[in-house]
Amino acid sequence: MKPLSKPTDLVQGTLDLLILKTVALEPMHGWAVAQRIRQMSGDVLQVGQGALYPSLHKLEQNGWIESEWAVSENNRRAKYYTLTKAGRKAMESEAAQWERLSAAISLIVGTA
Amino acid sequence: MGAVVGGNLPDCRDGVMSMRWMTVIRMRIRALFFRAELEQELDEELRYHLDREVEEGMAAGMSPKDARYAAMRAVKEIEQRKEECRDMRGLNAIDHMAQDFRYAVRQLRKNPAFACTAIFVLALGISSTVAIFGFVEAALIKPLPYRDQSRLVAAFASSPGAPRSWLSYPDFADWKKLNQVFRSIDAYALNGSFTLNTWDGAEQVGGTRVSAGFFRTLGVTPFLGRDFQSGEDSAGAPRTVVLSYTAWQKRFGGKRDVLGRAIMLNGNPTVVIGVLPAHFQFAPYGGAEFWATLRGTDSCEQHRDCRNLIAIARLKDGVSIDAASANMRSVAQQLRSQYPEANRFFGSANLVPLRDFIVGDVRPVLLILLSGASLLLLIACVNVTTLLLARSDSRQREIAMRGALGASSSRLLHQFATEGFVLAAAGCIAGLVFAQWGMGLLMALVPAEKLESMPYLRGLGLNSVTVAFACGISLLAGMTFAVIPMARTSLAGMLEGLKEGTRGSAGTTWRRFGSILVVIEVALAMVLMVCAGLLGQSLYQMLHLDVGFQADHLAYFQTSWAPGKYETDQQIVRLGREMTERIATLPGVLSVGLSTAPPVDSAWGTASFHIAGRLAVSGEENEVINRQVSAGYLRTLQARLWRGRYFSEAEDTAKPHVVIINRTLAGKYFAGEDPTGKQIYYDGGPRTLMQIVGVVDDIKEGPLEDPNWPVLYVPVNQNPLVWPALLVRTSGGEAALFPRVTGAIHGLDPFITVSPGQTMTERINQSPSAYLRRSAASLTGGFAAAALLLGVVGFYGVVAYAVGQRTREMGVRMALGAQRSTVYRLILGEAGRLTAIGVVLGIGGSLAATTMLRSLLFGVRFWDPATLIAVAGVLGGSALLASYLPARRAASVNPVEALRTE
Repeated sequence: MKPLSKPTDLVQGTLDLLILKTVALEPMHGWAVAQRIRQMSGDVLQVGQGALYPSLHKLEQNGWIESEWAVSENNRRAKYYTLTKAGRKAMESEAAQWERLSAAISLIVGTA
Repeated sequence: MGAVVGGNLPDCRDGVMSMRWMTVIRMRIRALFFRAELEQELDEELRYHLDREVEEGMAAGMSPKDARYAAMRAVKEIEQRKEECRDMRGLNAIDHMAQDFRYAVRQLRKNPAFACTAIFVLALGISSTVAIFGFVEAALIKPLPYRDQSRLVAAFASSPGAPRSWLSYPDFADWKKLNQVFRSIDAYALNGSFTLNTWDGAEQVGGTRVSAGFFRTLGVTPFLGRDFQSGEDSAGAPRTVVLSYTAWQKRFGGKRDVLGRAIMLNGNPTVVIGVLPAHFQFAPYGGAEFWATLRGTDSCEQHRDCRNLIAIARLKDGVSIDAASANMRSVAQQLRSQYPEANRFFGSANLVPLRDFIVGDVRPVLLILLSGASLLLLIACVNVTTLLLARSDSRQREIAMRGALGASSSRLLHQFATEGFVLAAAGCIAGLVFAQWGMGLLMALVPAEKLESMPYLRGLGLNSVTVAFACGISLLAGMTFAVIPMARTSLAGMLEGLKEGTRGSAGTTWRRFGSILVVIEVALAMVLMVCAGLLGQSLYQMLHLDVGFQADHLAYFQTSWAPGKYETDQQIVRLGREMTERIATLPGVLSVGLSTAPPVDSAWGTASFHIAGRLAVSGEENEVINRQVSAGYLRTLQARLWRGRYFSEAEDTAKPHVVIINRTLAGKYFAGEDPTGKQIYYDGGPRTLMQIVGVVDDIKEGPLEDPNWPVLYVPVNQNPLVWPALLVRTSGGEAALFPRVTGAIHGLDPFITVSPGQTMTERINQSPSAYLRRSAASLTGGFAAAALLLGVVGFYGVVAYAVGQRTREMGVRMALGAQRSTVYRLILGEAGRLTAIGVVLGIGGSLAATTMLRSLLFGVRFWDPATLIAVAGVLGGSALLASYLPARRAASVNPVEALRTE
């Protein structure tokens, strides 16, 4: 499948949701988050660091994820992000919102 | 339901919320104070990412160098990324704000003349508003220091002529029994003093008598000891007294063993049982030191028609004041049908919220002053805005330069906003300092005895409410300063400023703006000046009112004594005669008179009468003021006799009863006839006929602003008078006489108390009506003067600026042959036009504003043309003067130089 061309195609709020979803699996550093999103979307969604890091910092500033320095799989210090309780709540409500929205869009696109 | 794609994540609610906020706050604090650490982390995080990219490239078979290049390409512009991350953390906002702040302060310091003027003008406006607001807060906003004070009411008997009349003791007892709407009702007596025996004779001390539950109704607990128990106000109970905190400190050295001690109060041994807390206040008796109990035993309290109490009641829960009033009116009606003689006038009741009763008469003045101060603040803001506009104009090039160097327009607007707020904040701080000082000054100007009746002003000063108010108005001012230059600086044309010679067009826009501001300033100053003028005239009219007597060289003393020694009519009449004789022989005394009350008092002590030989219409009430006076009284006042004669000393109960009436009474009841020789009798009681022997011109018995009431004067020798007011006519200064009069009376009986002497002139000047107007007039006058000054300075600034902008135009005009007079005409004409518009708007505004003043105006119409013309003249003259200087400068321009400068 052809990847969506630019990370900016990902609407900001959607990227937030993807990050929250990804971090929800386990604590992860920024690079891993980008990799994981790419893998899970079957290479369709490529998140460049240009969008990724500002998003991470904003989410942390909002108190939805928190960060911690830890040793990474390649034995280097990396900043790991974890989902907070507030972040989980936010993620759930945002996911529900997304489901509703995408269902609505498929209804229209499907019938056309 | 719609959903917004990419909208921000919704806030979460519930308990998580507070936790989240704590995180957020922690993050912000970290962002603010641990910059270096954060920067380093950011750097490391992004480098880690870069390294992983490189590793990945190498794993895919690239050379380390190629992999590094590839990664760098992917991670383009790493610094920009960092900046974006910083933005997300809110670091930049803080940075920019700090930068803007520093820049704003530097801008102000670079131009100290501008900064000082703007801050001073602003501080003037803010401080006057805040100082007056301090008084408003203390009197009208801060709750009275009683428990649940909104449920307290003052209860009055009400007659058609006097809606707030006092209650008699028997009526009070019945109100207490019959009402269904009060949780409790208590009363205090109106004679506000006691005779306290001291080591050397007797002293008159402030205090009053209250019913036993008085302090409980107010919800006040004594600081020491206890308050009155129920039943302690009955006739047989031992006499007890509660001290005010001040009395305890002053007279008993603040010693706790004062409880249980007996003092001699009004000649009776009375036991001290408690001390009130220091913060206790009761405005109607602000200076009361001794609080004893009503006992229902003194001569007045045994009569239903002797009214000397005011009741304070606490409404039952859920009962509205209207419902309570309805209930009390029916109680009063019931009592009137039960006691038709004593309660003939008082078939109704009147409940007033306690706060209204206490601060009712200062409220309109305070609100007017607050409006005046707000107008001044408005003028100050307009003034500072013109200054800012002028500056923003001269900064066009600087702004354009900064824009060209890459400052975004929002960044420039922030810069302006910050400057506005810095200015407002500085004005606020200076204003608070001035306000604190101003409040102290105003308090010092209030005479001590006035202050006693306004205990709620105690401890006036800056508090959280006034400071919050100051910050609020400063914020508003700051917003104005921020917004207006923004609107002015058209950012589209930002670059235009770089070009030479475009200042002309910028000046035009600005001039239009400036003209509008100047017109507003003139109009506002006009409103304030008209109000001040009218109030000043009211005060003048009031003080120069014909009071019907000669006020200078006239002294007034009030006497009182404890019951027991002077009880029979003969004793009282003899005491009056002896006092008169003793004082009359003092050197410097021309004559002496006794009366129920001095002139310019309140219109109390009324009676009703009928005219003999005329059919009395049933239900007709001829309520008039009744004054018992000595034979020498009217002569001492130098009242003007209109018909007939004065009383003679020999007219006593053995002679036919006589009466003197005033002209208002004559006009009302004997229109077109000669009243002398006619006979009248009091309504109720024995129908003793009194012959009218004289008519005097109206003497002002009630408050100065009230119309003259009909008055009956009857001789004390036929109607014995307890506790007479003494009026003494002197040949020289009154003050020298005060101790001698007191001495003469104490020579007669040391246990008669005499109030400190007061000159009649002082009494008129200090009477509540005159005092109210004087304070209103002088403060509004101060505001008006400040407004005029600010207005003129603002006017000068605008015209001077406009002239500066048009220097080249003037040069061209003169080069083409214009005369200097043409230049004068041009500029003065423009200034005149603006002033005229401002004055016309000001007249409209004044008419609207002065309708508010009506309750305070006296002897002058609210649209008084003389005041309007005078104020318009002063304003117009000042405005022309302010524009003359710039006009002269313009006219003296050297055309050659003017053309060369641009």
